[in-house]
Amino acid sequence: MIEIRWHGRGGQGAVTSVEMLALAAIEEGKYAQGFPSFGPERRGAPLAAFNRVNTHQIKVRSNIYNPDIVVVLDPGLIGLVNVADGLKAKGILIVNTTKTAEEISRILNFKGKIATVDATKIAREELGAPITNTTMLGAVIKATGVIKLDSLKVPIEHRFGKLAGRNMKALKRAYNEVKMSNIN
Amino acid sequence: MAKRVGMEVAIAAAEAVALCRIDVAAVYPITPNTHIAEHLAEIVADGKLDAEYITVESEHSSISACCGASGAGARAYTATSSQGLMLMHEILPIVSAMRLPVVMGLANRAVSGPLNIWNDHSDIMPQRDSGWISFFAENGQEAVDMSIQSFRIAEDPEVMLPIVLNIDGFQLTHMIEALELPSQKEVDRYLPPFRPLATLHPDKPVSMGAYAFPDIFTEVMKVKDSVLIDSKKTILKAWDEWGKQFGRWYKPVETYKADGAEVLIMTMGSMGETASIAVDELRAKGVPAGLVKLRLWRPFPFEEFREAIKGAKVLIVCDRAVSFGGPGGPVAAEVKSALYNDAGRPAVLNFLIGLGGRDVTVENFKDILEKGVQAINKKPAGGYIFYGVRE
Repeated sequence: MIEIRWHGRGGQGAVTSVEMLALAAIEEGKYAQGFPSFGPERRGAPLAAFNRVNTHQIKVRSNIYNPDIVVVLDPGLIGLVNVADGLKAKGILIVNTTKTAEEISRILNFKGKIATVDATKIAREELGAPITNTTMLGAVIKATGVIKLDSLKVPIEHRFGKLAGRNMKALKRAYNEVKMSNIN
Repeated sequence: MAKRVGMEVAIAAAEAVALCRIDVAAVYPITPNTHIAEHLAEIVADGKLDAEYITVESEHSSISACCGASGAGARAYTATSSQGLMLMHEILPIVSAMRLPVVMGLANRAVSGPLNIWNDHSDIMPQRDSGWISFFAENGQEAVDMSIQSFRIAEDPEVMLPIVLNIDGFQLTHMIEALELPSQKEVDRYLPPFRPLATLHPDKPVSMGAYAFPDIFTEVMKVKDSVLIDSKKTILKAWDEWGKQFGRWYKPVETYKADGAEVLIMTMGSMGETASIAVDELRAKGVPAGLVKLRLWRPFPFEEFREAIKGAKVLIVCDRAVSFGGPGGPVAAEVKSALYNDAGRPAVLNFLIGLGGRDVTVENFKDILEKGVQAINKKPAGGYIFYGVRE
């Protein structure tokens, strides 16, 4: 089973990210959970959202403490929130940033795999807004293979309607532009 | 069999209710029931369901509106959580006394104070004696299935009682997961139209819920009690037919690896699945642990419960509400009372867990089960334990 924690801010659509990923995984015939941090949400305040993906039924319903994958939607959260908290040593950290993986590794003192992409730039160019929730899905797929890119098509179309094409384009760009780095 | 789809459980519950072709919904949104309220409103507003969605000003009004609508012969649904249910409390025993088959989806949440919006069972427990049938769903699929089953059971002429379906707030309502949504055709096959025995109509006036003097009130209470107890027969029949049609089987008390178990842990609602992983891990180490899940809270399934726990030396009861100054959590108190006259009864350990959204992990359940194992040879002190409390 793969556990994922997403970091974003209220209003940045982290909950939509976990929804899209869960729906795509289920579309593939897998089992998945997608859920927010339970409780109130404030626009602009740091928040987390979660996924579990598995080949058979998922029974555990407690919180996720030791994720395999952490995704950071907002570069401003690095240094503000300990995004690497509990991340498995062999886990993958996927960050929207203009910094290099080495810099991120140093700041967070995380020695595992790091994937970086300037998702804000991609989102601005493709969507006209710095909302990176769908864009970062592309980076996650490339870095982890947790789902297939094509599996997102149906959920993205269902969720975004006429804006689906632009979101798909943005996430495909992130898929192609993400840089993988293993510090060790 | 229907394809598995990914859906938030609250949305799926609303979809299931819409598939029941309800006539009236009166829901006042309150966290964490909100998505049920919103999605049902959306379905009605989009013209996908020919129903009246009554936008009420409080939960007291939503249950009252359902009461009136049901009396007029409408299939009526409401949903709420926590304080909303507390505000409905006054009306709940009236609905059951009037034999109105209203169905309620309860997104369980802690009751204030202090204010807490997270999940536990302190909202449903004070409603225990309201004369309603009370079910607990363990996952999204059960929330869907039991929403549909509820209308059929409630409206059966042998029953004619309201039903509250407990769906853990957040842990279930806010979870996107894989589930099967039956088709309209399948639901229509399972659920016949509501045919009330009597309805309110200006052309044919009747009184419902009138006055009862001391010379008749006791008899009315006896009838209410008997009807609730007897409803189990219809519940079992409805679950059996559900199993035959959909291949998913429901029992008043579910067991997991309980055969030969010396230590049993008992849960209600969404925590059963997490606890089952702890049972798996202990069984793998040779510990005779098992799980009992109480699905039917009212009428209490005494017979099935005794059968499920037969042979166990220790029964751990997990309560998710506090009965302040009482004999233990409300579920443990009932369990002990049910077992009092049984010669071979197990020792009962009572843990209060998951209060106000406190996370309970697989490790926690393993720890609780280990405590149960220790109690096999050393009789527990009795009372109850606030699990993991910081003092």
